[in-house]
Amino acid sequence: MTDRPAPATRPPVPGPRRVVVLGHGMVGARFAEEVRSRDPDGRRVHLTVVGADADGAYNRVLLPEVVAGRLLPEELALPEPAGPGTAVRTGVAATAIDREARRVALDDGSELDYDELVLATGARAGFPPVDGLGGPDAPAPGVTALRDLADCRRLTAMTAPGTPVVVLGGGVLGLEAARALNGRGARVSVVEAAPWLMRRQLDKAAAGILAERFTALGIAVHPWRVAARWRPGTGLELDDGRMLAADALVVAAGVRARDELAAAAGIAVDQGVVVDDRLTSSDPRVHALGDCARHPGGGAGLVQPGWEQAAVLADLVTGADPAARYRGAHPVTRLKAEGIELTSLGEVETDDSAPGADAAQTVTVSDPHGGRYGRLTITGGRVTGAILLGFPDSAAAITQLYDDGAPVPDDRLGLLLGRAAPEPASAGPADADALVCRCNGVRSSRIESAWLDGARTREDIARTTRATTGCGGCTRDVNAFLAAMGAGDPSRGTAT
Amino acid sequence: MTATATHCPYCALQCAMTLTASGGEVTVAPREFPTNRGGLCQKGWTSASLLTTPDRLTTPTLRTGRTGPRHPVGWDTALDHVAGRLAGIRARYGADAVAVFGSGGLTNEKSYLLGKFARVALGTSQIDYNGRFCMSSAAAAGNRAFGIDRGLPFPVTDLDDADVVLLAGANVAETMPPLLGHLGGARLIVVDPRESATVEFARRNGGLHLAPRPGTDLALALALLHLAVTGGAVDRDYLAARTDGFAEAWRHAAGWWPERAERVTGVPAADMRAAAELLAGGPKTYVLTGRGVEQHAKGTDTVSAWINLALALGLPGRRGSGYGCLTGQGNGQGGREHGQKADQLPGYRSIADPAAREHVAGVWGVPAEELPGPGRSAFELLDALGGPGGPRALLVFGSNIAVSAPDLGRVADRLAALDLLVVADFVESETAALADVVLPVAQWAEEDGTLTNLEGRVLSRRRAVPPPPGVRTDLDVLHGLAVRLGQPAERFPAEPAAVFAELRAASAGGPADYAGVDPDRLAAGEALHWPCPADGPAGTPRLFLDRFAHADGRARFAPVEHRAPAEATDDDYPLIATTGRVLQHYQSGAQTRRIAELAEEVPEPFVEVHPDTAARCGLADGALTRVVSRRGGTTARVRYRPGLRADTVFLPFHFAGQGAANRLTNPALDPTSRMPEFKVSAVRLERVT
Repeated sequence: MTDRPAPATRPPVPGPRRVVVLGHGMVGARFAEEVRSRDPDGRRVHLTVVGADADGAYNRVLLPEVVAGRLLPEELALPEPAGPGTAVRTGVAATAIDREARRVALDDGSELDYDELVLATGARAGFPPVDGLGGPDAPAPGVTALRDLADCRRLTAMTAPGTPVVVLGGGVLGLEAARALNGRGARVSVVEAAPWLMRRQLDKAAAGILAERFTALGIAVHPWRVAARWRPGTGLELDDGRMLAADALVVAAGVRARDELAAAAGIAVDQGVVVDDRLTSSDPRVHALGDCARHPGGGAGLVQPGWEQAAVLADLVTGADPAARYRGAHPVTRLKAEGIELTSLGEVETDDSAPGADAAQTVTVSDPHGGRYGRLTITGGRVTGAILLGFPDSAAAITQLYDDGAPVPDDRLGLLLGRAAPEPASAGPADADALVCRCNGVRSSRIESAWLDGARTREDIARTTRATTGCGGCTRDVNAFLAAMGAGDPSRGTAT
Repeated sequence: MTATATHCPYCALQCAMTLTASGGEVTVAPREFPTNRGGLCQKGWTSASLLTTPDRLTTPTLRTGRTGPRHPVGWDTALDHVAGRLAGIRARYGADAVAVFGSGGLTNEKSYLLGKFARVALGTSQIDYNGRFCMSSAAAAGNRAFGIDRGLPFPVTDLDDADVVLLAGANVAETMPPLLGHLGGARLIVVDPRESATVEFARRNGGLHLAPRPGTDLALALALLHLAVTGGAVDRDYLAARTDGFAEAWRHAAGWWPERAERVTGVPAADMRAAAELLAGGPKTYVLTGRGVEQHAKGTDTVSAWINLALALGLPGRRGSGYGCLTGQGNGQGGREHGQKADQLPGYRSIADPAAREHVAGVWGVPAEELPGPGRSAFELLDALGGPGGPRALLVFGSNIAVSAPDLGRVADRLAALDLLVVADFVESETAALADVVLPVAQWAEEDGTLTNLEGRVLSRRRAVPPPPGVRTDLDVLHGLAVRLGQPAERFPAEPAAVFAELRAASAGGPADYAGVDPDRLAAGEALHWPCPADGPAGTPRLFLDRFAHADGRARFAPVEHRAPAEATDDDYPLIATTGRVLQHYQSGAQTRRIAELAEEVPEPFVEVHPDTAARCGLADGALTRVVSRRGGTTARVRYRPGLRADTVFLPFHFAGQGAANRLTNPALDPTSRMPEFKVSAVRLERVT
């Protein structure tokens, strides 16, 4: 105790805010990384990341690469959140949220107090109501989802070259899994309940060509077929009575948000924790990110929107940018299936019959024989939708135009085909006098003049014009010129 | 008539040439040498014109106020004035009130003596050089990975047998054309947002072009590492035997699957796969970086990402493969080894290392505790001039910062805030034009000296002609100033040979050890690559064959992550400007703009624009446009380039005044190397009415 009070000119500085993150997956770990990059010394935010999986955070997007045998499970590990004011607790799960006390109970009996709670609990595989399938927590023998490393290990243990496998679900994950299994030699069938593959990302024509591409790889595709029954050791029976032989069944039929904790605590949920543009739930101290969240702008199911949400929430909780808002997903779907280049973005079905300058216009190219299909939708001079199957070059360019909201070039067909616009006329005449030796700026007219002045050998040309004296790359061209002019033919003599 | 065997004044390839002086005329002839093999580019061929440039400075000029014209004075008057002012400023504000700015164009002897002059005669920590704007990111990443920084750790001629060469941000067809003579047998993978001359060269030989959006090379390098792993191309035995840190680096690269990198870079994932296959195939594979990937606020991490890729493939430290950086300036290598960098002492020693300070102080005959510590980096130094706590006087040698520094408007303000600006140059450069004192010095072929080329080989540059009457050498100027500042005359010799002998002693035992570089053997044409210690006088053409230079002999992966450029485009500044070079000009253009043949070929600033982008801005091919960034604007003539990314424009930075590209550039600095972000500026194009 001092006898004199300290000169209290400043109010006491509050300690770091306690932020508890439930979920140590791709989005939870990213959120921790984003917070630490904004608050590296832990002065503003103390983070505790809680992960049920004892493996630590790993890259779920790459599970098909493990199935394909191109990566080992341990190679999926994500960078560990680290730095002052960061704690990671793996192998423990939250059991309840006490919003009144701002406290989370964990299954090891301990509790965590929070100032802000971030739910990044992700989603679990959705199991359609099919006889004999089991559920995500207790799948029937031979059945697995492909959501986590445990699923991945189960699947690789069940499949070998030649194993018949059925993938239930013809969406992105199902097709990536199918291609990965097929690449390892499994005999794969895909069953999709919707009228066509990737129903949300493709139109019917694109899906038809995509199905043919898969068929050509040896994958049987059964769209608009509902599974009726799983018979372990036999296979999957379809609604038309057909039986698809299978030793293993991969369920890739969508996901269900893990929002039970929030719901039990009285937080508003509707197929996910309902959040606003601040990623905040009906409780202002509770936030949600990624697959467990439901934002009116969508985005669940893909990792990129979850990462964008993580950056926005990190801006808010660290105070780095109090104006940060999440404005909804700008989803770009890029199928990762070896040998198949498929991108889908923006609106898939467009009504371009409406007149007007700002009306949507589409360019469509369909080449079933070549397995290519392109549909580009442009509204007000900007890309608003695209389906690109087999256009790897233009897909990269179109995706960036879409992400940037940048104006598209005049030559829209050229953009779609990935071919540069025709050279403008002004670039033409210069070629009439082509640059032969770049190193020394020597044009063909100069070499012709040298020849007229008597240069008959490569050495003569080099001496008078310096052509060929840089990197030597044009020696071939100069020799060809001399040969064409008949140099070296003694009958022609030497000019004087 | 005398013939002198020497080297070109310009880039780090240091092409060999013979200068023949006859009756006041000097002619250039290429000379056989391993790097250029008897080739020269247009700059080399025309270099002798510099010796007779009509506006050559031959008399010191001086003004006593900060404005108005300078008047011709004698050398003693000029040096007395400068020394007197420096001493006065130092007495009033302290030693760090005087700053020195050097150059990667200076010889080894000048670089060395300049650093010594700053630390000993001026006692200032405030010295840095334009190599900070050039080599610093590659240097930092090289040191981090290998424990040493030599641009190419192998002779250029090793590239002759390459199967695959990845050129990341290097446009050698324009910047060092004779190097292409070593690349004709390889499949090239060129990483460049532009369809450069090097890309055209690569295409003719079945090469690949990857055109990332400027500022996204790091994501591309991470994706190529990702593909090396998923494609099974990683050399696991090599990783175990020779490297550390792969697992941590991989955790970051794991997050950059090619389809994700495609969205960020705009490079098709299919092209990344094709590149990864080429790289894995090799087996004689090289990864080389240039300024395109280095001149960023994340340049060090970007180079680290390319080195990580090279290490994962097992390339460095093996004959017939490797990683290297293509050094830019003529003595960009030697210039970064001998103590003109803010944190460095001769022999590539750290100024913060007590043992290094002891050693160098011993050679210099001063107490180690009197040596200042590390000073500000180049842009931070320029930005502090005339400000609170910043230097009040600046001495500039061999650099034209009024054209080559980033954010020129800001730099001009800082230069104007100085009490004293002194420039040593041989022509009235744009920086000299702002100076209070201009000291006319000898150039390239008028004095002897050594340089160290891009492969770490020490070369002799020879005097071919005497300097014009009235002109002194930089060494002479430093000698004269040092003596006037109270230093013993013998401590600052003006003879290059004497300085080189001292440099050898000062570098002995350091990473860049020149102790065994015998001038007679150099003169005889021996190929001496550093390190060349006194007891190993054969030099080291190839580094790392047995071990890397870290104490444990192992190379280190750096766990790097991609991050966005320092500034983003928006509706007001929707395009990305990137800067670079053309074949006909060198650096700030102070030399090449004075050579008629080069100036005729490329006479004025231009901006390359995709025709669609130009059309939207209402700009015809050949029209003048104003390119405007958040920092300033520059005027340039539009050149349509259909092969350019539509979101990117390109400007050469060789021009001055209203056409200076660096009026646009962003001085956001790399946290490690302090390299400014020259390669990414958000801009718009305006019509000039």
